[in-house]
Amino acid sequence: MFLRYGRLTICFLAFIAACNNDGAPGQQEEKLPEIVDYNFNIRPILSDRCYACHGPDANKREAGLRLDIADSAYKALKESPGAHALVPGNPMASVLYQRISSTDTSLRMPPPSSNMTLTAFEIKLIEKWIKQGAQYKPHWAFVAPVAPAMPAVTDKKWSRNEIDHFVLARMENKGLTPNPLADHERLLKRLSLDLTGLPPSAERMDRFGKDTSDAGYEKMVDELLQDTAYGEKMAIHWMDVARYADSHGYQDDNYRSMWPWRDWVIHAFNENLPYNQFITWQLAGDMMPNATREQLLASGYNRNHKITEEGGVIDEEYRVEYVTDRTNAFGKSLLGITIECAHCHDHKYDPFSQKEYYELFAFFNNVKEIGLESTVGGPETYAKKPYMEITKEDLNGVLHFINKQDTNKLIVSVMGDRDTLRKTYILGRGNYDNHTLEVQPETPHAVLPFDNKQYPANRLGLAEWLFDKRNPLTARVFVNQQWQEIFGRGIVKSTGDFGMQGDLPTNPQLLDWLATDFMQHGWNIKRLVKQMVMSATYRQSAVVSREKLRADPDNIYLSRGPRFRLPAELVRDLVLQSSGLLVHTIGGPSVKPYQPKGLWEMATSGRGILASYKQDHGESLYRRGLYTFIKRTVPPPSMMIFDASNRDQCEVKRSTTNTPLQALIMLNDPTVLEASRVLAAQLLQKDNNIPHNIQQAFRLIVCRTPQQQEVAVLQKYYEQQQQLYKQHPASAAKLLQQGEYPMAANMEPSAWAAMMQVITTIYNLEETLSKT
Amino acid sequence: MKNEFIERHLNMNRRKFLSQLSLGVGSLALGSLLIPDIFGKGAAAEDAAFIPGMPHFAPKAKRIIYLFQNGAPSQLETFDYKPKLRQMMGQELPASIRMGQRLTGMTSAQTSFPLVGSYYDFKQYGESRAWVSDLFPHTAKVVDDICIVKSMFTEAINHDPALTFFQTGAQQGNRASFGSWMSYGLGSENKNLPAFCVLLSRGKGNGQGVYSKLWSNGFLDSIHQGVQFSSGENPVLYLNNPEGIDMANRRQMLDQLAALNDQSYKEFGDPEINTKIQQYEMAYRMQTAVPELTDLSKESDDIIKLYGPNCLVPGTFAANCLLARKLSESGVRFIQLYHQGWDQHGNLPNEMAGQARDVDQASAALITDLKQRGLLDETLVIWGGEFGRTNFCQGKMTADNYGRDHHPRCFSIWMAGGGVKPGVYGETDEFGYNIIKDPVHVHDFHATVLHLMGLDHEKLTFKHQGRRYRLTDVAGKVIPGLMA
Repeated sequence: MFLRYGRLTICFLAFIAACNNDGAPGQQEEKLPEIVDYNFNIRPILSDRCYACHGPDANKREAGLRLDIADSAYKALKESPGAHALVPGNPMASVLYQRISSTDTSLRMPPPSSNMTLTAFEIKLIEKWIKQGAQYKPHWAFVAPVAPAMPAVTDKKWSRNEIDHFVLARMENKGLTPNPLADHERLLKRLSLDLTGLPPSAERMDRFGKDTSDAGYEKMVDELLQDTAYGEKMAIHWMDVARYADSHGYQDDNYRSMWPWRDWVIHAFNENLPYNQFITWQLAGDMMPNATREQLLASGYNRNHKITEEGGVIDEEYRVEYVTDRTNAFGKSLLGITIECAHCHDHKYDPFSQKEYYELFAFFNNVKEIGLESTVGGPETYAKKPYMEITKEDLNGVLHFINKQDTNKLIVSVMGDRDTLRKTYILGRGNYDNHTLEVQPETPHAVLPFDNKQYPANRLGLAEWLFDKRNPLTARVFVNQQWQEIFGRGIVKSTGDFGMQGDLPTNPQLLDWLATDFMQHGWNIKRLVKQMVMSATYRQSAVVSREKLRADPDNIYLSRGPRFRLPAELVRDLVLQSSGLLVHTIGGPSVKPYQPKGLWEMATSGRGILASYKQDHGESLYRRGLYTFIKRTVPPPSMMIFDASNRDQCEVKRSTTNTPLQALIMLNDPTVLEASRVLAAQLLQKDNNIPHNIQQAFRLIVCRTPQQQEVAVLQKYYEQQQQLYKQHPASAAKLLQQGEYPMAANMEPSAWAAMMQVITTIYNLEETLSKT
Repeated sequence: MKNEFIERHLNMNRRKFLSQLSLGVGSLALGSLLIPDIFGKGAAAEDAAFIPGMPHFAPKAKRIIYLFQNGAPSQLETFDYKPKLRQMMGQELPASIRMGQRLTGMTSAQTSFPLVGSYYDFKQYGESRAWVSDLFPHTAKVVDDICIVKSMFTEAINHDPALTFFQTGAQQGNRASFGSWMSYGLGSENKNLPAFCVLLSRGKGNGQGVYSKLWSNGFLDSIHQGVQFSSGENPVLYLNNPEGIDMANRRQMLDQLAALNDQSYKEFGDPEINTKIQQYEMAYRMQTAVPELTDLSKESDDIIKLYGPNCLVPGTFAANCLLARKLSESGVRFIQLYHQGWDQHGNLPNEMAGQARDVDQASAALITDLKQRGLLDETLVIWGGEFGRTNFCQGKMTADNYGRDHHPRCFSIWMAGGGVKPGVYGETDEFGYNIIKDPVHVHDFHATVLHLMGLDHEKLTFKHQGRRYRLTDVAGKVIPGLMA
C-alpha cells in the first residue's frame, strides 16, 4: 500500500515541480543580462545557497573552500590541487560550475541533503558570469555612497526634484509611465497621515481645497511639519526601533516608567534635532562632555530592553542578555546588519566574525547594572540602576517637555558606565559563562575599522564612528527607513539587513543620492521628509491599472502613488480625530483605554501592579495610539491584530496583513462604536438634513467628498436602519450605550442609532483605513 | 490519509497555479480565507524547497492539542516513580549524581540538598504496567493509550526562557510559536476558524503567568498568530456584535460595505480591496460558526460526566479540554491549552493535589472522547510542562510538606494518538536526577512532532533577516522510538 502511494506521491511531486517551472509567469521571459553583475546577479545566489558551507564562518567551512572572497575562490583547491573552483573565462574548467551543473547527485552542489537547489536560470547566470571573467566586487552596502550623477530622462517635464529623476529613469527603462497627480483631497489625506499620523481636520481640508497651487501644497507641507503631531508620528517608528514599553517584560512583567524618554523622542523630532545628534545622545548622552540632563535622558534608549524580575535567575546570564540586546539593536536599527548572527559563531553570510561581535558588544558591556536588581516591588523598582530622577527643577527647565502631572517621585533608567572597565570576552557558543578570548572595543572591519587614535574606545567614540563620513551604512539605513515609512516599502526592502542575504536596493542610485544629500545637509530629518513628500513620485495617484499590476505588482518602479493600510496606532488616531474625540495632549504616562476584559488577569503571575487591567476613564480614553499602555507579555490586542510590534526586541519593519480579526475590531470595538455614536449626535444636533450629515461624516472620516452614488447607498441604508430602530426602540437604546462619553440630550433614538450605523459603516470602508 | 495527501497536493497546485495567473493577494483569499498569503507575497514563496500549506510527506497526525502544564509539574509526583528517594528521605543528594548541575538563585544559597520522596504513592497500570501516581487516577485508566516520556530535558532553568524555548524553539528572541509554524506549514482545515487557537486556565497552585508572545507569530505574518478562544459569552475577542445589533442587521451593514468597497476597487484596482471584502465575509461566518462551537451547554450528559462537571464552567481546564476537542474536530490545526499554577517551590503535596484535580479527569476524558469518535488516530495530544523539579527539597522539609526547585535535566511528559507509540519511553537514574536511557531534547521533541504532522523539521523554514529559521533552530532529531 505504502509503496504504491509513495511512488504516486513522487510522481505528483515531480509533476508539481514541472508545473512550477513552466507555470510561473515571468520566468520564461527572463533573459540573461548582457553583463552579469557580481553584486546584483551572482552574490545573492552564492550567499543564499553556498556561503553556509563555503563562506565566512571558518568553523563550518567545507573542503577549505571559501567562495565569498575572490582570491580564495580562484585558488587551487585544497582537496585537488590541480583544480580551481573558479577559472575566470572558463566555466567548463571551473569545478564550481562542474559541480552545480552535474547530473550526478553524489557530485552535485548544493548537495541534496542541504534542501537547497539552483534553478536552471541561476546555473546559466553563473556560467555566463564565469565566461565574462568571474569578477568579484565588494558588497555594495559596505562601500561608502558617492553622490551619483543625475540620470538622463526622456520626459523632461515630470520631475519636481532629484528623487524624480532617479525614479523616472528606472521607470522609463522598464517602459512604464508615471501616474497622473493624485486628486487633491486624497493627496492631502496621504500627506497629513504621513507627516502627522492624523487625518486632515475639516479646517485644513477647506483651506487646502481652495489653494490647489504648487505653492499651496508646499505651504501645507511646511505647516504639517511644524505641527507637534509630526513628532508623535515620527516617534511611533522610533518606539519600535527602541523596543519601548511600559513594562519590564519577562516573567512577572511589572510596571516601568520609561515614558519620559518617549516624551523626549517626540520633543527631539519636533525640534528637528539632526540625526547625528539624535543618535549620539541616545547612544552616549551620559558620556558627552558636560552632558545636559536632556542628553542623559536620551541615553535611556539603551535601557528600553526587557529586564527580568524573576527571582532565582542567574545574574550574569541576564546581564549578558541585556548587553546582547543592545548590541543586536545597534546592528539592526543603525547599521542595518544582522550582527546578531555572530553571537554564537562567525556570521555565515556576511564578513563578521564572532570576535567582531564581542568587540562591538564591548562598547555596551560596561554599564553599572546587574541582571536581577530587584523582584516585583514598589515605585523604586520602576526603573533600574543606573537611573535618573526627574526633579522639579528639570521640569521647569530643560526637561519641560516631560508631561508630568503629579508630584510623585519619577525615575527613568538611563545609561552610565562603571569606573573600571569590565573585561569582555568572546563567549563560546554565546553562553554567558563560557569566557574564551578577551577582546577590546572595535567595530566590524568590513563596515569601517574603528580608528582608535581618532575616537575614544567607548560609546561616544562609537557614535562618532557611526557618523564618520566614511561609514557606508548609517545614512543609507536611516533614509531607507524613512522611505519605507512614506512609500510603504524600503528602497532596500529588508530594512534591517543590508548584508549579503538582504534584498538589493531597487534603485541604488536613488538610495545613494538620498544618503549623501542627507549627510551633506547636516543630517536634517525634516528636510529629508520634506524632500520625499515634495517629489512628483510621491504625489502620483495610487490608482493601479491592470497593466501596471501585471508589469510591477509590488510597485518597485514607483509608477504609482503609495497605497497601504494604516499602522495600528493610526487606525485608532483616525477614529478619534474624525469623531472629534481625540485629546491632543502630548506625552505623559501611557494610558489604558477600553480593552476586552480578563486579558491581563488570565495571563499573569499575579504579582505587581499590572496583574489586572485597570482601565482609565475620561480624557485618557481618547489619547493617540502611541500612548496606549504596552504591557509586553500581554500587549493591547487591537494593536497586535493590526500588526503593531510587541516590543520584545528592536523592530524596523512591520507587516501589513489583512485579516478577519481586523474586520471584527472595526465592527465591534467600543472605541469605534463610541466614536460613531458621538459623531452621529454631533451631526444630528447641528442639522437635520440627512444627506448633508452623511456627506459631512464621510468627509471627516474618508477625507474626501463622497460621490453621489456613495451618499445614495448610505442614505438608503440610513432610512432602512431608522425604520428598524423605530420598530425596536429597545435595540436602539442598547446600541447607543457604547462607550463612556456622556450621552447627548434630546436625541431621537432611531435617527441617532441609524446615523451611528451609517458612520460605523464608513469607518469600516477599506479606503478609510488606507493611505490612498 | 495518503490519498487525501495526494489530493491536497493537486488542489494546492491548482490553487497556486491559479493564483499566479490572477493578480496578487486579493484573489487568493477566495481559496484560503484565513491564510490569504499562503502562496502570496510571503518570503517563503520564493523558496523552492518549501511550499507553505503542504506537508512534506504523508502525515500521521492532522491536528495537535497541546495541554501545557505551565509552571512545571514535578515528574516525581506524576509519572517518574523513585522509591529510592523515600528510602533516602532527608539524606544529602550525592555529589556524584548532581555533577555540578547549575542551580537557580533560589536554591544556590542552600547549604544542604536533602532528598525528598513523593508524598503520594504510585501504582502500575495497564498492559504497559506503567507507574502512575495516585494523584492521576483517570490518566491511569487511559495509560495504554499514552506514551509517557520520562527522559525529556531542556536547557533553561527559569520559567520565561524555558516556556519560550518549548513554544518557539529558542529561549530568547521574538520567534514564531509552535502553533504559528503549524499554521504556516499546513494552513487551516476550516475556512471559518483560525488554524491556531489558544485556551487559558489557571489552578490554585503557585502561578507563573503566560505571555501572549508564547502564541506570537514572531517573524511570520500576523495571520499565523494564535487566536485566544474561550467558552462562555465572548469566545473570541471582538467577535460579538454590540447589543442592539443582531446578525440580520449585521448582514445588512456588510452588504452596504461590500457595495461601497467594490466601487472603490473599480476605481483603484488594488487587489487588497477585494481581499478586504472577503475578510469581512469571513468575519461574518466566524460570528456564526464560533458561538455554535463554543457553546458547551448542549453537550450530552455522558460528555459532561466524562469531562466532569467543571467542563460547564467557562475558563476551567475541563471546559477548555472539551472546547479543544470541538475545535479540533472542526479542523483547527493546533490548539494550545495552558493550565497555570504548577510551580511548587513549597507546599508541594497540597498544591499538586489541587492542580492534579483540575486536570486529571479532563485530560483523560479528552483521550477517551477522541477515541470514541475515531479521532485519536489523527489527533496528537501532548501533556507536560517546561522543565522538571529537583529531587531534593527546597526550603523547609517536614513529614508532609516540602518544595522542589526547577530541574532541567529530566522530566516527564506524555503524548497520545496521532502516530505515537503508547508505552513508556526513556529512563532516569534511581534518584530521578539524570537521564540514563533515550534522552529527548526539546528540539528532538519538536522534530518528532513535526514529523508526525508530515513535516520535515529541516525543511520547514522561513527566511527572515537573511537567515532561514526553523522551529528546531539548528538542531533536533526525529525520535523513531516515540512513533508507532
